Amino acid sequence: MISLSQNVFSNYQSGQMGQTLGLLGLGLVSIITFMSLTAMVLVYVERKLAAHFQCRLGPMRVGWHGTLQTIADALKLLLKEDIVPKNADRFLHALAPLLTVMGALLALMALPFSPYLTVADMNIGVLYVSAVSGIGVLGILVGGWSSNNKWSLLGAMRAGAQIISYELSMTLAILVVVVFAGSMKFSDIVLSQSQGWWVWRAPLVGIVGFIIFLISSTAEVNRTPFDLAEGESELTAGFHTEYSGLRFSFFFLAEYVNLFIVSAIGATLFLGGWMPFHIGNWESFNQVMDLIPAGLWFGLKVAFMIFMSMWFRWTFPRLRVDQLMKLEWKILLPIGFVNLILAAALTISNFYFFAN
Amino acid sequence: MVNPEISSLEKRIQQSPSKTELNTQEYFVNMGPQHPSTHGVLRLVLRMDGETVQDIIPVLGYIHRGIEKKSESVGYRQQVHLTDRLDYLCSLMNNWGVSAAIEKAMNIELNDRIETVRTIVAELQRIQSHQLWWGVFGMDLGAFTPFLYGFRDREKITAIFEETIGARLTMNYFQPGGMMYDIHPDFVQKVKEFIKYFRPILKEYEDLFSGNIIVQERLRNVGIIDGKTALAYGATGPVLRASGIPYDLRKIEPYGVYSKVQFEVPVGKVGDCWDRYQVRMQEMQESLKIIEQLIDNIPEGKHMVMKFGAKIRPPAGRFYSQIETARGVFGTFFVSDTTDKPYRMHFRTPNFHNLWSVLKMAPGGRVADLVAILSSIDVVVPDMDR
Repeated sequence: MISLSQNVFSNYQSGQMGQTLGLLGLGLVSIITFMSLTAMVLVYVERKLAAHFQCRLGPMRVGWHGTLQTIADALKLLLKEDIVPKNADRFLHALAPLLTVMGALLALMALPFSPYLTVADMNIGVLYVSAVSGIGVLGILVGGWSSNNKWSLLGAMRAGAQIISYELSMTLAILVVVVFAGSMKFSDIVLSQSQGWWVWRAPLVGIVGFIIFLISSTAEVNRTPFDLAEGESELTAGFHTEYSGLRFSFFFLAEYVNLFIVSAIGATLFLGGWMPFHIGNWESFNQVMDLIPAGLWFGLKVAFMIFMSMWFRWTFPRLRVDQLMKLEWKILLPIGFVNLILAAALTISNFYFFAN
Repeated sequence: MVNPEISSLEKRIQQSPSKTELNTQEYFVNMGPQHPSTHGVLRLVLRMDGETVQDIIPVLGYIHRGIEKKSESVGYRQQVHLTDRLDYLCSLMNNWGVSAAIEKAMNIELNDRIETVRTIVAELQRIQSHQLWWGVFGMDLGAFTPFLYGFRDREKITAIFEETIGARLTMNYFQPGGMMYDIHPDFVQKVKEFIKYFRPILKEYEDLFSGNIIVQERLRNVGIIDGKTALAYGATGPVLRASGIPYDLRKIEPYGVYSKVQFEVPVGKVGDCWDRYQVRMQEMQESLKIIEQLIDNIPEGKHMVMKFGAKIRPPAGRFYSQIETARGVFGTFFVSDTTDKPYRMHFRTPNFHNLWSVLKMAPGGRVADLVAILSSIDVVVPDMDR
């Protein structure tokens, strides 16, 4: 099926600029809408899940079972006074939340939601997503620095060190799948899993890669047990201590969209994206699985990944800075390298399930 | 205006030679008085090198309400309720400490019922206080769920107290000469239900929190203080016992009916946060044991052996009495001049003395360690400032 981006490019070539711009605009608007909706839903889900983990009910008053609570909260955040600290760098202070949101927005463009639904399916999709998700940390660093608050600065420095370190492990884990699939294009990676998801089809290296990805992606999005950048019991609120109102809500939005993005990437690379659960050439089994629509498969897988992340958050305490670095550089990174070399060897020797 | 503490710290920095070759710049940061993990309005001025705490100066006085001075004007009878506001998590034990001092001054012999009920209720409050500490400890290490679990179970004891005492936090239950009211008819049954309920919950606490490798990594060998230093700094309670010194007033100078019951005094070996954690967890077990031994045979008798009017007039002299609260030794000292108001009243509160051991524990650790240490000594700030 022709994706939106291909449409855009073909139209561009045939000189229909008006249609091109219209399609691009449609894509952007739908992504932005999707982004805010995702964040709202995820905030509600997170609050409900947290409540049930903690033997309480969570939001119950606004709407049925508190479903309208996040809308009320969003309205409250919009109406709140926007406070800028006295000696803050006003320009950077205003820029930081935009940078963070931009990183999340750009990464969302490349994700294949279903075979028919991708904004931009580029041939270097994986590389692109790893690159633009790095912009988010820039926002955090700038926000912490410009706030003119020592706690914010500490949080920002922690976030910088943490995200840059864990990006290595995350990339190594992603590369395992890229090596097996032989492509960096998201749609190709999904199609390569038509005989089974890489998490089990690549013997051992798949599951090891998946676990490394799960750990490092949790660190990437600054969630417990790696929420050192916010670390509210240590740094009050970390890098966004001095933010309020709309700007704070931008950080908040980006946090949840990033959660969605890493979950979607994990689901796409390791759990087959929108690809139903197929086993090799068991044709009848595969056909039964195909009855469930592709978009639903994707949604369920992402929901599973998000649930794992929330489960971590409401169970684990926070690591210390040096322990965090130790985990990355002394444990995850060596395992990741060995895993990648092993994956390459397995690919060359065609030693994986249902190898051609 | 120059802050005296900060300027004295600045002098200390200028005098201290640069230790690292990288020559990083040290800086000050105020932790508190408005900070989520200083448990109130404790202010700590930290000298930091990156994430490492180099020096620490606690600054007190943000919640000083002059309770000692106020006691001189409100008199012995009303003064008891002021002690609720010292260590609000041990209000009953504070009441007991003051009442015991006044009873000692006036030579009042209490009957067995009063002593037994006081012991049971105090032990219940020790458990209650440790439950809250456990929850907050989890929160300070970044795990939110223990907080809610701790409060869920604390509520059970609070309900028992509410039935008998009528209050949930500031009890004002013990009076010189007995208790304000007799125990509620359901008290015995409810306490038994609670013991049955809480034993397996302690296991759940271990599963949820201390069984986790991250918690163990965060607590082991963090904030070590040896027994000798802890003694020198005047630390008492679990902080001292975790350093290996089995100093517990309930054993050493038994009051109430502690001499009649069997219980252990848990001690630690290393004196780190992990030991302080374990000591408190075992103390909850021991408290359950104590209550279990007493609850079935509360002796009959009056709940007040001596009813005072509005005024209590102890004989002239100086009196001191001390008891073991959930955080350590709570001592009451007062000077009486035969009027109904003390000439001077002083409290030796456990938190004030425990706090200073932080000066030995924290330097060299990270900010995150400092948070864990503060939580492991279980600070209650109103108790320090009084």
